[in-house]
Amino acid sequence: MLLTLKQQRRLHTVAMGALAWLVALLIFFPIFWMILTSFKTEIEAFATPPSLFFTPTLENYITINERSDYFHFAWNSVVISFTSTIIGMLIAVPAAYSMAFFETKRTNFTLQWMLSTKMLPPVGVLVPIYLLFKDFHLLDSKTGLIIIYTLINLPIMVWMAYTYFKEVPKDILEAARIDGANMLQEIWRILLPMTKGGLASTVLLSLILSWNEAFWSLNLTAYNAAPLTSLIASYSSPEGLFWAKLSAVSTLACAPILIFGWISQKQLVRGLSFGAVK
Amino acid sequence: MSNLTIKNLRKSYGDTEILKGIDLEVEDHDFVVFVGPSGCGKSTLLRSIAGLEEVTSGQILLDQNDITDVAPAKRDLAMVFQSYALYPHMSVGKNMSFALELAGESKDVIAKKVASAAEILELDKLLERKPKDLSGGQRQRVAIGRSIVRNPKIFLFDEPLSNLDASLRVQMRLELARLHKDLKATMIYVTHDQVEAMTLADKVVVLNAGKIEQVGSPIELYNRPANMFVAGFLGMPRMSFLTAQVASCTDTYVTIKLDAGAELTLPVQGHSLSKGSKVTFGIRPEHITVVEENAGMINTSVDASEHIGSDTFCYVKTTNNEDITIRTQSDCSVVDNSKIGLEFDISQSHLFDNDGIAIATRTTSVS
Repeated sequence: MLLTLKQQRRLHTVAMGALAWLVALLIFFPIFWMILTSFKTEIEAFATPPSLFFTPTLENYITINERSDYFHFAWNSVVISFTSTIIGMLIAVPAAYSMAFFETKRTNFTLQWMLSTKMLPPVGVLVPIYLLFKDFHLLDSKTGLIIIYTLINLPIMVWMAYTYFKEVPKDILEAARIDGANMLQEIWRILLPMTKGGLASTVLLSLILSWNEAFWSLNLTAYNAAPLTSLIASYSSPEGLFWAKLSAVSTLACAPILIFGWISQKQLVRGLSFGAVK
Repeated sequence: MSNLTIKNLRKSYGDTEILKGIDLEVEDHDFVVFVGPSGCGKSTLLRSIAGLEEVTSGQILLDQNDITDVAPAKRDLAMVFQSYALYPHMSVGKNMSFALELAGESKDVIAKKVASAAEILELDKLLERKPKDLSGGQRQRVAIGRSIVRNPKIFLFDEPLSNLDASLRVQMRLELARLHKDLKATMIYVTHDQVEAMTLADKVVVLNAGKIEQVGSPIELYNRPANMFVAGFLGMPRMSFLTAQVASCTDTYVTIKLDAGAELTLPVQGHSLSKGSKVTFGIRPEHITVVEENAGMINTSVDASEHIGSDTFCYVKTTNNEDITIRTQSDCSVVDNSKIGLEFDISQSHLFDNDGIAIATRTTSVS
């Protein structure tokens, strides 16, 4: 039987919707399983086949609270990700401004070169960075991590801010210049208000990337400056994995940023599409 | 009093020279229009005056003060952009008061100036709206209002009407003319639209390839174009050009033989032509009459004709394949591919030498 055009379109919509749901569930499943496991006992967590129905317990959360100081790590995560994001923005905005509105022959190359640094495997520079940190007494310090996070997120922040600035017609900034605005007024009163949506998503992305970063925090901190990602890692101990506790601590580590991301979903989607959707 | 003097202004991007030595005087209260084909440098010249482009060499003087290297904000000029360039996040009122705020004016003064500009432009009821809630014409008025509140020495307009539809363009054109009269302001206006140039300007500056071709009142340029470029650029449809050779000449008369056939005698003043010189004969569409075949000065065949209601435009080809455009009455009914004769109004014709420079014909030199 041949379908009418209308039916074909409807079928297409339904099929695409189903596919999207499937992908979303697939992505969400590990998080769902993690949360579920965190409320099981260690024995239930190991059971095969895994049990979907069980009596939930808060035992893991209580143990974690007794064994380690969650808020110490959480506070470190907050300080490091927010500070590095603020410093990053203070550098990214002027950089993107100059590249978007005072383009030179090498602007494009600079942008691509910056982004290409994100493609290097971080482990490749681990030893030199470690030694530098040791010499400057930055090991296990929040300052050290803030510097590293700012640097590794800068290329993406500059690139994103650049993309949003590029959408601002040059005429408008020139009009402000003729109206008597100096460079700071031009940025503060015209450019930033016009791109606040895009910049907000840049801030969000930087926060999320910093919050979730594990490689450098594991290698450069011990306890004093260790963020939540280090706390999670500390639960994969030599005496074997405790799945339920590991899940509980992971849930605690993910929860703040997950809730944060949920609230700011709209901004985030716009940010990740890099201004492609206007 | 504010007058602008531009001396030997040059601007290059790398090896490409955009402005090749511009000299210009703009008097107080003048409405000056820069007109020319796209890429002729008219916008660059305006932006150089505004201070948005750094010039390579030359001088810009405003009231005898050198402003060549002065920041845009300090030049006391206002500019209206083609894209309006309104601040999208500010209300109409804020858009208009922004410059005054930056200049540190008191709130009372700002309110008074914005209110009076809004009244002139009939924007009083829109002051709270955002630009996105306005129509194209209203946006354009806000952009003009933003200039007016500053009471600048000179208003600069960069193709301000080209984003508007045809009927609105006519309306805004009339409003701009009225504004110029009311404000008694000096205005410099860039356009590629010759109707805007002819209707608005006290003085038209025709630019081509980074150079000024001619400066003068609209009617002066229309009646006495200095060269073939100006002659061909101003006038709709454009002037037709026919190649010719000088058959004989005296101090006051030149007889030319058109390659298309006819021999014409034109009254001239001071020329350096001699027998055999190559010249170009120019005639506007409205100065040609259609007659029967063999009854006119030359014979042509009709290529196409357009009836636009008020007039009919005939596009014809001469025997040596040159194009001529004729404007006749709307009831003229020529048939495509038919043969017709043409009669030229010699008193309204133009003659150009081999370099395209106009030779003053006696009739056209009397203004």
